[in-house]
Amino acid sequence: MIKRLPITLAALSVLAVSVFPVYWMVVTAFKPTRDIQADTPQFLPLHPTLEHFATAIDSEGFALFWRNSLLVSLGAVLLSLVVALLAAFAVARMRWRGRKAFILMVFIAQMAPWEALLIPMFIIARDTGMLDRLSMLTLIYFMSTLPFTIVTLRGFLAAIPEELEEAAQMDGASRAAAFRKVVLPLLAPGLMSTSLFGFITAWNEFAFANALIIKNQDDRTLPVWLSSFSNVFGTDWGATMAAATLFMLPVLLIFLILQRRVTSGIIAGAVKG
Amino acid sequence: MVTQAPERPVAAAAPPPPRRRRGLPALWPYLLVIPTVAGAGYLLFYPLIRSVIISFQHFRTGELIRGGAAFVGLENYHEALGSAEFWAVVRRTLVWTGVNTVLIMVISTLVALMVARLGKRLRLAVLAGLVLTWATPVLAATTIFQWLFQSKLGVVNWLLTSIGLTRFDGYTWFANGTATFAIMVLLVVWQSVPFAALTLYAGLTTIPQELFEAARIDGATAWQVFRDVTFPMLRPLFGLITSLEIIWVFKCFAQIWAISQGGPDGATTTLPVYAYQVAQSLHKYDLGSAISTLTVLILLVVLVPHLRRMYKHEGADQ
Repeated sequence: MIKRLPITLAALSVLAVSVFPVYWMVVTAFKPTRDIQADTPQFLPLHPTLEHFATAIDSEGFALFWRNSLLVSLGAVLLSLVVALLAAFAVARMRWRGRKAFILMVFIAQMAPWEALLIPMFIIARDTGMLDRLSMLTLIYFMSTLPFTIVTLRGFLAAIPEELEEAAQMDGASRAAAFRKVVLPLLAPGLMSTSLFGFITAWNEFAFANALIIKNQDDRTLPVWLSSFSNVFGTDWGATMAAATLFMLPVLLIFLILQRRVTSGIIAGAVKG
Repeated sequence: MVTQAPERPVAAAAPPPPRRRRGLPALWPYLLVIPTVAGAGYLLFYPLIRSVIISFQHFRTGELIRGGAAFVGLENYHEALGSAEFWAVVRRTLVWTGVNTVLIMVISTLVALMVARLGKRLRLAVLAGLVLTWATPVLAATTIFQWLFQSKLGVVNWLLTSIGLTRFDGYTWFANGTATFAIMVLLVVWQSVPFAALTLYAGLTTIPQELFEAARIDGATAWQVFRDVTFPMLRPLFGLITSLEIIWVFKCFAQIWAISQGGPDGATTTLPVYAYQVAQSLHKYDLGSAISTLTVLILLVVLVPHLRRMYKHEGADQ
């Protein structure tokens, strides 16, 4: 028992360091302002209140920015899912000249230095009248999640035996029907997890949303809005933490849904700021 | 890893059946990848090329509005490479990348080794904690860290003061360059350790227990077991994670921009932040693009070997 003590202590400190910041965000969000400003921090919400959540939700534009983030993320994910499915099918099920070059292009795209594209993207958006447009953000998020989606879907597709489709085709189904009725249902878990990862990436994105939405403040997304919290809430840390909690909530839900798949999916660089 | 099943055992056993099917024109695969190629072309490669072109032009506010930028050869590169500020930023970026990557790799290795030795309940708790950290969005994390290190009400200052370091009473972290840099490192390490630790732990569980037992019977110390058994077995995984972390840390932008925008006094200005500042605040889109291009060139040193590894792993196997 004594021998296990050092490792138990180490484990508890790792646990504390990883959980405390998030815990502190939630606790602050639930504490009345008087407790937040107390000289000695209160580590438990002894007088829980929802007033900060009310402040955050009632603050100007919150509903709008929430909607913007949702629209942009869902749009990007759906687009990338459809386009990736086509490409993944071509790569996993067909032999064609240029296939290897295409795979290489997808890997290059996956490792693309997006941060270096802020300047040209700003200029291109400006030239084409796409500045301050949510559709521009949707397109960028579509492209940044597409390579990962193709790679992952290709993996899932390759795991489904081709013989299943062939059998269906022998029974008289067209190739499209065979794909829809046989492969698509088997692919559902793969589609689910890749799209959820894509959603998180788009939901969290900050740099482009910050660079491309400039004049039309109504088109901002949640991360950009949150980054300027001091303009919105001043020194109201309760409301700021409530807003951060509300921003994090969908991501946390998705992680709970995915659970085990998380580790395998993320290595390809799916979710990272 | 993403290898759900890259190889089909059936195909390995029997000679592959003829691929051409009835009613399937050879044009189909090309039609299927057109949207991807078009998307990558317009939204990735075109901006990348455009950026390189702008870096060879005179492109300021006037050209942004009126167009008609003139080519100036290597002038922007001369200006960038000739300024002491640029080299200071390069040095800072290398320090930033080095410090973060080393801390991330050391801490996550220790955490992974520790998790492998824990009892079931504590192990699940630690893993859940790591996943929670991992799930925290970047912008939520930056906001939380600003609150933790807030000067008057921040819990960190309270903690430091109450253990006797009274000079931290009301200390304003974000006014001091070194302190802000340290907080950034802390934030990035905090956010990055879960991914690396969870992946390494997943790798650890694949090593046959007999190897450890054999080493222990031979009287190996914990360090020797790690050096001679664990590390060699996980070397490819270590390589993969290290290069991913280098790339991510080097490119890191959102955290820095959201908290300090590169300040105070440029103390947290790394290359991506610098390029953006030069372009957006000074309206020198040409110089900013030149710096961006140089950034990508530096990054290629890590990127190319990593890409080759990924391609071998995922692409060339069928």
